[in-house]
Amino acid sequence: MPDVRLLDGPFDPNTLIARFTASNPGLGGVCTFVGEVRSDGDVEALELSHYEPLTLPNMRELADRAMARFDLIDVLVVHRVGVMHPGEPIVCVSAAARHRRCAIDAVDFCMDHLKSAAWFWKREQRAHQWRWIEPRDEDYADLARWSE
Amino acid sequence: MAVAIVLLGPLQDLGRDVPGQVAAPLDWDGLLAAVGPAIAELLRDDRVNIACAGRVLADKTALDARDGDEVALLPPVSGG
Repeated sequence: MPDVRLLDGPFDPNTLIARFTASNPGLGGVCTFVGEVRSDGDVEALELSHYEPLTLPNMRELADRAMARFDLIDVLVVHRVGVMHPGEPIVCVSAAARHRRCAIDAVDFCMDHLKSAAWFWKREQRAHQWRWIEPRDEDYADLARWSE
Repeated sequence: MAVAIVLLGPLQDLGRDVPGQVAAPLDWDGLLAAVGPAIAELLRDDRVNIACAGRVLADKTALDARDGDEVALLPPVSGG
């Protein structure tokens, strides 16, 4: 059963991943991606906003699709909202499968969808000024790799 | 008898003058009129979606919001 969370406060990916792997004994392999706020020049903060009626249901649907498509044993999908600072985790996706390729591909699939097809909006603060971040063309190209 | 309008992401900054509530029912033309010409132009962009009562519309021009519905204006997303 996928574990899908939308968090409005800091989280420790290692704690979540340890629980996730412990709850799936006998797994063949686990693959995990953790995204953090990049220390990028003068970036002071990043803010992720969402739309309550859509965001979490959409993340759950994504996890279900990953389960079905990649023959997973289980998947963990965690995403932050709110204001974060460089070094803080934003996203954590972990997939457990009998075979490594399924786990690796499932994480890649979930991340590409969370980047440019999930209900989040991102803005960053530099020199005390907030600026919205538009999705990049590469993000759309990454997503298109999974179209059926 | 009202429909709530919610702006997300960068639309929040651009649509400060958009009313939070408008009279029901609300269709596509009514929405374009309610948000003003600048936001209306953005809503015509294919990458901007509209949700009504918690569901993203496959065809936003078929908007048919009723009393008590919330209409969300959803610009291109950027997560991760």
